[in-house]
Amino acid sequence: MVGFVFVSHCEHLAESVVELAGMMAPETPMAAAGGLEDGSFGTSYDKIREAVEKVYSEDGVLVLMDMGSSVMTTEMVLEGMPDKKVKMVDCPIVEGAVTGTMDAKVGLSMEEIISDLEQVGTIKKL
Amino acid sequence: MNTVKIIDVLKKIAAKIEEEKDFLTELDSPIGDSDHGINMARGFAMVNQKLDAMNTEDTGDILRNTGMALVSTVGGSSGPLYGTAFMKMGMALKGKAEVSVPEFLQAFEAGIEGIKARGKSTTGEKTMLDAMVPALDAMKAEWEASGDKSKTFASGVTAAQKGVEYTKTIIATKGRASYVGERSIGHQDPGATSFTMMLEVLAEEV
Repeated sequence: MVGFVFVSHCEHLAESVVELAGMMAPETPMAAAGGLEDGSFGTSYDKIREAVEKVYSEDGVLVLMDMGSSVMTTEMVLEGMPDKKVKMVDCPIVEGAVTGTMDAKVGLSMEEIISDLEQVGTIKKL
Repeated sequence: MNTVKIIDVLKKIAAKIEEEKDFLTELDSPIGDSDHGINMARGFAMVNQKLDAMNTEDTGDILRNTGMALVSTVGGSSGPLYGTAFMKMGMALKGKAEVSVPEFLQAFEAGIEGIKARGKSTTGEKTMLDAMVPALDAMKAEWEASGDKSKTFASGVTAAQKGVEYTKTIIATKGRASYVGERSIGHQDPGATSFTMMLEVLAEEV
């Protein structure tokens, strides 16, 4: 099953995304990488790397980020693991997390989930 | 410049950043998330620590390790940005025990290219690039004209300082400040400022 990592500047935000997505897709492997080691705001290279390793399988891992350094730091983590099947997805983190983890739960491949997530940001709420 | 000198300069940069930490954070407060000084100081404290343990004749190694320390400890955008720049400079200087001015300029250019690629950014967006790119251009021109090391670095500092002033006049379109939009006018960019501080330290030491 495809795994997920949620990267945010805020530790609680990342953890809450795991909780929220876990309501509908408790079976999907998910890990939070929010904030710095001491819990303050920021993005941590080591936390992201460890989160990817934690949920990694040969089905792959998708990483959803909030913004700014979350994106750039994740990019650097992935450059450090060129042999691993892991990709960043450009979509809203909350809606993407719910959609993506549900997709993973029913066995969609990493590529199928990516193409689903690309649509997530385009759906209007109102 | 040899490895001893480079370590010395990096240590002085670390001290300068620590000293200016509150000022950098203050600059980041109206247009960012008020963490630039704190983040940079955290990163350079780690660089300082790593430098003490470093035993190498390779200037590229020192810069690459500096970059890696910044990436893993800064925690904000300046981590991947400065981290990438130092790592690219390290790659450009790999295996060199001594660095000449043209070699430095080449490495500096590689660092800037790294930042552009990492941040998907260019000049005019109110970022560190608005100090870096004019500094590089001025230094290249001065080196070509005079071949004088001190003049070359001094011209870089002047151009970087002008770049910082220029960032006050433009709207941020990259990074956290872009959310502030046109209200970012009047504020100088913290990243352009911290870069200029680094170059000022370097220029005093060469």
